[in-house]
Amino acid sequence: MGATIVDLALRSLWNRRGPALLTVIAVALSVALFLGVEKVRHGAKEGFSSTISGTDLIVGARSGQINLLLYSVFRLGDATAEVSWPTYEWLRAREDVAWTVPLSLGDSHRGYRVLGTTPEYFVRYKYSGGQALAVASGQEFDDLFDAVIGADVARELGYELGTPLILSHGLGRAGLQLHDNRPFRVAGVLAPTGTPVDRTIHVSLEAITAIHVGWESGARNPMADAITEDTIRGFDLTPRTITAVLVGLEQRATVLRSKRAVDTYRGEALMAILPGVALTQLWTVTGVAERALVAVSVFVVAVGLVSILTSILSSLAARRREMAILRAVGARPGHIFMLLVAEAALLGGLGAAAGTVLVNAALAGLAPALAARYGISLIGAGPGLLDAGTVGLVTLAAAAMGAFPAWLAFKRSLADGLSVKL
Amino acid sequence: MAEPFVSVRDIHFTWPGASAPTLAIEQFEIAPAERVFLRGPSGSGKSTLLGLIAGVITPQYGDIKVGGKALSGLSAAKRDQLRAERLGLIFQLFNLVPYLSVIANVALPLRFSPARRGRIDGPVDHEAQRLLAGLGLEDPELLTRRVTDLSVGQQQRVAAARALIGQPDLVIADEPTSALDSDVRDRFIDLLSKETERSRAALLFVSHDTALASHFERSVDLASLNRAPVTAPGGP
Repeated sequence: MGATIVDLALRSLWNRRGPALLTVIAVALSVALFLGVEKVRHGAKEGFSSTISGTDLIVGARSGQINLLLYSVFRLGDATAEVSWPTYEWLRAREDVAWTVPLSLGDSHRGYRVLGTTPEYFVRYKYSGGQALAVASGQEFDDLFDAVIGADVARELGYELGTPLILSHGLGRAGLQLHDNRPFRVAGVLAPTGTPVDRTIHVSLEAITAIHVGWESGARNPMADAITEDTIRGFDLTPRTITAVLVGLEQRATVLRSKRAVDTYRGEALMAILPGVALTQLWTVTGVAERALVAVSVFVVAVGLVSILTSILSSLAARRREMAILRAVGARPGHIFMLLVAEAALLGGLGAAAGTVLVNAALAGLAPALAARYGISLIGAGPGLLDAGTVGLVTLAAAAMGAFPAWLAFKRSLADGLSVKL
Repeated sequence: MAEPFVSVRDIHFTWPGASAPTLAIEQFEIAPAERVFLRGPSGSGKSTLLGLIAGVITPQYGDIKVGGKALSGLSAAKRDQLRAERLGLIFQLFNLVPYLSVIANVALPLRFSPARRGRIDGPVDHEAQRLLAGLGLEDPELLTRRVTDLSVGQQQRVAAARALIGQPDLVIADEPTSALDSDVRDRFIDLLSKETERSRAALLFVSHDTALASHFERSVDLASLNRAPVTAPGGP
């Protein structure tokens, strides 16, 4: 009997396929919006929390966990203090430490941060679950005044290999003193990553020291220009301080012990953070907007469901005769009830299924662009449990809503009996 | 006379909200395979009596037996089942479910009654086509049309085939010809009579048109059956 009711419901919907299609489209669009928001949100969160991976600890001067994460990884804000080179050497020499990558920040170029580091950075920096940086054109820095620029920098400034660039002392865009006596040239352009690396200009750690020769007082010494590049190349360009250190451990299991060793280092006020933990904490800050987005999309789904109710209720008056016929041939009032519930569930289920197909097709088409431009990886955002669950829930909700017109028809079919006159 | 298929005894029915009873009948019977004409002007309680026999409404007093079973002793679901299994109904107009094909409309009662389905040997479609052909709808092109595109006369014959499918014991026809032209009407009654006879079903044919009484074995005037004051307006 269940099959025959569903069959009747399908035929009845097919008979009203114009209005029914509109209802299905309304549900499909609302479900597509909901799933789209959920998947992009999830992808953004995943992308965000894998902005940096493979690094066990980030070490910097003692401040706040988020602050250290922001300036060392997201190139936002400033370090409150530096880490001295001897301290860096102490860290590097520790037995539990497998590798270290020093980071030196503080200069900029047309609003983009300049990062002084070692060539090992290009090997050790991993993102999005262990993906390594790739050079799209050119090579990693070789010469002292080589710069390797991120994909966004290259695109937005129109820079190519060989383009000369002059760094500014300090951060910002205007009114800064320029290191115009020490021009760099673009030696390499990185492939897009969707991480802050795209907006970074990488130079060697020594280059940072080199351009600050003659700046020891904090401002440019007029005598500095007299020092030629060749002379500088002859200097010991080991930095006196750096800003932060990426640390890889021999064994990840000891990460908390290593962290404590850094945090309690007596020589200097240091702190070490676990990037994953700090990223998750930072994400919760932005979580309010995210939840608002989800709430809005849930309401849109509710509106889609109401359109089912509207469509069935508006058809009800015209169908009294049909209900009387069904009663006459032996349908029980319960069958009438189930028929309308089945129609609502079919509208909801078909709409939700169509919305799922729509959103997955759209995201499959948009995935490369999203990944390249915004670093939102939609890996794992394909059809899955979320989609199946949404289709199931929307179908159930539609059936529950259909119970209202079904109950009206049920009552009416009892009162009308066989004697409806039109 | 064998035990009647339908037996109505001392019933009293008042529509909810009505001050006077619509129907008060001492005795009314239909024998198996009997073809009865029930005459009465509109508003005389004809549809109410049919609703009572079909078990869709129940009388305040009195007994109605259908197929030997007292309806008052049956639950609503059992009455629905009895109707699905043993009765066929034809209304005045709009008999067909608009979203079903001609064949599916004819086969509709079988969906609600496995017992009725069980009385058909072979494919349901063949039986539906046989009944339609018996009622003068043999053109295969007709069967492919939407039921709403059929003429009223054709629709009524599809409804008759539906009432007859699966060998019901009683076909109830409520003013089935009042929307038909006189020549179509006579042919419809002839075909319906012939087919009910062939399937050995009883026929209760209701109409206000006295001229039709000659087609039937027995004619009953509702006005003479009903003891309720006829001045009371009929039910809906």
